[in-house]
Amino acid sequence: MTVLLPLEPLDERAKQMTTADDRPPAVEVLSAEKVFANGARGLAPIDLAVAEGEFLTLIGPSGCGKSTLLKLIANLIEPSDGRLLWWRGDFKQVGQEGRRLAFVFQEPTLMPWARVEANVRLPLEFANMPRAIADPKVADAIARVGLSAFNRHFPRQLSGGMKMRVSIARALVTSPNLLLMDEPFGALDEFTRNRLDDDLVNLSWERKLTTVFVTHSIYEAVFLSTRIIVMAANPGRIFRVMTIDHPQPRDQGFRDSPRFAAYCRELSTWLAEASLQSVAGGEK
Amino acid sequence: MKPLLDSEAFVRIAAPLAVGVVLFAVWEIGFRLAAVPVYLFPKPSDIFNSFLQHGPSLLRALLVTLRVTLQAFVAAVVLGTLIAFMFVQSRAIEVSLFPYAVLLQVTPVVAIAPLIIILVKNTQLSLTICATLVALFPIISNTTLGLRSVDPGLASFFRMNRASRFKTLVKLRIPGALPYFFGGLRISSGLALIGAVVAEFVAGTGGRSSGLAYEILDAGFSLDIPRMFAALFLITLTGVLLFAAMVALSQFVLSDWHDSETRTET
Repeated sequence: MTVLLPLEPLDERAKQMTTADDRPPAVEVLSAEKVFANGARGLAPIDLAVAEGEFLTLIGPSGCGKSTLLKLIANLIEPSDGRLLWWRGDFKQVGQEGRRLAFVFQEPTLMPWARVEANVRLPLEFANMPRAIADPKVADAIARVGLSAFNRHFPRQLSGGMKMRVSIARALVTSPNLLLMDEPFGALDEFTRNRLDDDLVNLSWERKLTTVFVTHSIYEAVFLSTRIIVMAANPGRIFRVMTIDHPQPRDQGFRDSPRFAAYCRELSTWLAEASLQSVAGGEK
Repeated sequence: MKPLLDSEAFVRIAAPLAVGVVLFAVWEIGFRLAAVPVYLFPKPSDIFNSFLQHGPSLLRALLVTLRVTLQAFVAAVVLGTLIAFMFVQSRAIEVSLFPYAVLLQVTPVVAIAPLIIILVKNTQLSLTICATLVALFPIISNTTLGLRSVDPGLASFFRMNRASRFKTLVKLRIPGALPYFFGGLRISSGLALIGAVVAEFVAGTGGRSSGLAYEILDAGFSLDIPRMFAALFLITLTGVLLFAAMVALSQFVLSDWHDSETRTET
């Protein structure tokens, strides 16, 4: 057996989380692994359950497979072995049961030729929703991210942070059950990032979203998450799991608290260890 | 109110116009002082007189050339766009047909014009075909490039949402291709005119429907150099106007969102 055990009994914890609450987990990753075409092992077999309503963050050094794991969860790529379940069913059932996934990319990926409202309406157009029903939803999603005054603007007239807000509105407009975000604020300055984090943490709480979030930022991870998965590389695997035990919604008060600092310190230590393991670890 | 010289639009028009006026003045006065004979190189006033004298026949010739040019341009745009759409539908089609598009492009129109004029009985039609062949390629290559240049992030967004092929084409590929397409239009409009004039030269003194190239040839035979210049001037003017029309069109369509057409805001 070449299974690299995570240092914490992750499976136990995941099971506890699902049994504490009768609802099935939103996503289950069952021994899923990813070997790329060039033979590189992107992900060692991984077991993970994402509970309903959870804000789960994946963090780790470069090459630890956090984006790969997120893409597996988004069904953008297929696992080489193992499988994933969404609400205890396969991916085809997600749409049939009226559940929706939304993905926010690292870049805003807006259509430059379309106004803000048209960009946000796009997912509804894919669903062939009539304009009369779509328009209030679009207006609501734009209002949610605080851009109502800009709905007739073109993307090039907006700042980087505003474009990212549009991208989030576009994800929210379908009222997704599962929101997947791949370093959405990575390219923004810290001030803008903090403000968007404030909005996001409250949005996901209000809407009871299940969110899987990828980031490089320790502060962002601690601020947003209910649970943080620390990953290590060579091969990509789960290193440790941290539960952030602080009620939502959260605000600046949480950032200024000693507990926040303590979480950050611990996470920072874990990440340093994960980086060391990423060099030393793996198959010889 | 702003002083006129501060207005960008005014300077853009006035500055080149002023250069033109100065050039014409130097030309007129210089050639007058040097007493260059008209049959060697005419002065602007000689050309202007020729316009007055041969106005109706020059305008008739202009209309003939313009008709061929516009027909060829429209045909090139329609055909070129259709071919580009075909190319992006399948790599196999593009790989097998693209070399022939290049072949068509690199063959000088002067070389194939006589063949086409022999094969096609109707002179007007044969001229249009020649000009179309010249104007076609930029439309094909630019539109194909544009339809292929899809933002990868947006493309995966469309894929994730299981957008149909048709929706992806209409909502993503076509709008994304527009800047390239308009770039193609600008090049192609000029080429259609060149193609039309070259084909007219090859067709020579067809007799009935003779365009500006025929006017130039005919003026050359009779050593009427001012008329030659007048015809030349009309061809240049047509080219400039066509180009300006294409620029205006692309500005009208793209100014809201594309960087190449956004007006400077400060």
